[in-house]
Amino acid sequence: MGKSLTYSSITKKIIMSLAGLFLISFLLVHLGINLLILFDNTYESFNTAAHFMATNPLIQTFQWVLFIGFIIHIIYGIIVQLQNWSARPVRYMKKGYSELSFFSKFMIHTGVVVFIFLIIHFANFFIVAKFGHVDEVTYKSGTYENLGAVVVETFKIGWYVAFYVVALLLLGFHLEHGIQSAFQSLGINHWRYTPVIKRIGTLLSILITLGFIAIPLVIYFS
Amino acid sequence: MDLTLKIWRQASSKVKGQFVNYQVQNISAEASFLEMLDILNESLVAKGEEPVAFDHDCREGICGACSLYINGRPHGPDRGITTCQMHMRNFKHGETIIIEPWRAKPFPVIKDLMVDRSSFDEIIQAGGFVSVRTGGIPDANSIPIPRRNAELAMDAAACIGCGACVAACKNASAMLFVSAKVSQFALLPQGRIEAQERVQRMVAKMDELGFGNCTNTYACEAECPKEISVSNIARMNREFLSAKLISHKEF
Ligand code: HEM
Ligand code: SF4
Ligand code: FES
Repeated sequence: MGKSLTYSSITKKIIMSLAGLFLISFLLVHLGINLLILFDNTYESFNTAAHFMATNPLIQTFQWVLFIGFIIHIIYGIIVQLQNWSARPVRYMKKGYSELSFFSKFMIHTGVVVFIFLIIHFANFFIVAKFGHVDEVTYKSGTYENLGAVVVETFKIGWYVAFYVVALLLLGFHLEHGIQSAFQSLGINHWRYTPVIKRIGTLLSILITLGFIAIPLVIYFS
Repeated sequence: MDLTLKIWRQASSKVKGQFVNYQVQNISAEASFLEMLDILNESLVAKGEEPVAFDHDCREGICGACSLYINGRPHGPDRGITTCQMHMRNFKHGETIIIEPWRAKPFPVIKDLMVDRSSFDEIIQAGGFVSVRTGGIPDANSIPIPRRNAELAMDAAACIGCGACVAACKNASAMLFVSAKVSQFALLPQGRIEAQERVQRMVAKMDELGFGNCTNTYACEAECPKEISVSNIARMNREFLSAKLISHKEF
């Protein structure tokens, strides 16, 4: 641990970028399962998928890897940012003009909001699902905890929906800069493929954001 | 044209500085920015005041001595150009121009607009050279070098070490400068021999001096007077990663 704090700037960025890209795989799986809620009034497919995720040993192990990924990304994000602030002790009077990626200026801010969101989100769903009481529901395929109902109930709460939407928009901004940035940090910069990576990154951020946001909005307004 | 100048004045690194307003009149649009400051300084000397200290040497855009953060941009408005090559036609009559020194922890102010950039020299001393004697100029084609590499190496070698990349970066990161120096060697066979050692030593020195981390914001590339490409930063990241993974020694 002591040594990891003194890693060079580039090593820190490489670790962050790998952790960040890894977290995106989690977002995609998570989004895929969440979307099931919208397409099935009985929540059978969602509850079955949630049950699978909660009981499959491979997924359960993977959960810890994911948790470590988050911790690493966040710790290095904060270290990197603190160093960056201290590298310019006297600020400019006139704000920098230079053309630059807009969202790159707010990575720590969008990151921190996402972090706060994650904690609240964790308290709301994960802890309830794991340790709280959830009603059961029986389908032809078997009996499951009715997590779908918990989700729908939560998404009827106005302030929660608003917070959810804002946090995911900010996550989208984080990814808009983050995805292509991760490739540059890893040393991947190519005259032909980099523009493609940038476009895919933007597209992916939009899809992830809209996908997640659609769920509470549809539930709240229906 | 007549202008108001808001200039950072600081007598030495030990004392606090502040902005002071000056008026200059009848400046020709054909004057260079430094000539405009010369006119200001002549008038200050005539009045018995201390002239504004700023760095300059060649005044033809090749030495990297001039600096100045002008209206929020290193080397002022206009792309791909140093302060000494930037002309007053970029400004309008009656405009207020804010002139600040480069701001970064490793670039302490010496006086007024002059900063100490010897941290760049320290980075070069850490590995920005080829330490074996390579002899005289080799015969053409005796060391085959792909044309593309030769061009990329020349592009990287165009860096004049001015520090505008650090000044522009929101993190005061020196990655564009260091990556240009790493790349100009890494792309050529003569530089490959020490490539693994070089990149590790130069990056370690850069970190030790207190430059920020790169967040791939690319203000450096936008403001670099030599338009050094951020693809050099990716190259340095690759060089660094592979050196850490396969090199026998850590530096
Ligand atoms: C699902 C959640 C998240 C994902 C998918 C994600 C993804 C990414 C990616 C891919 C990068 C680019 C890495 C690079 O340029 O090398 C990045 C950068 C960053 N992330 Fe996250 N991130 C997430 C959450 C967070 C959180 C919770 C924080 C909390 C503080 C955070 C802080 C940062 C910071 C400060 C940067 C900028 C680092 C830099 O550019 O040097 N991120 N993120
Ligand atoms: S990379 Fe460009 S801005 Fe940075 S020191 Fe070299 S010439 Fe100046
Ligand atoms: S004075 Fe030499 S580059 Fe400007």
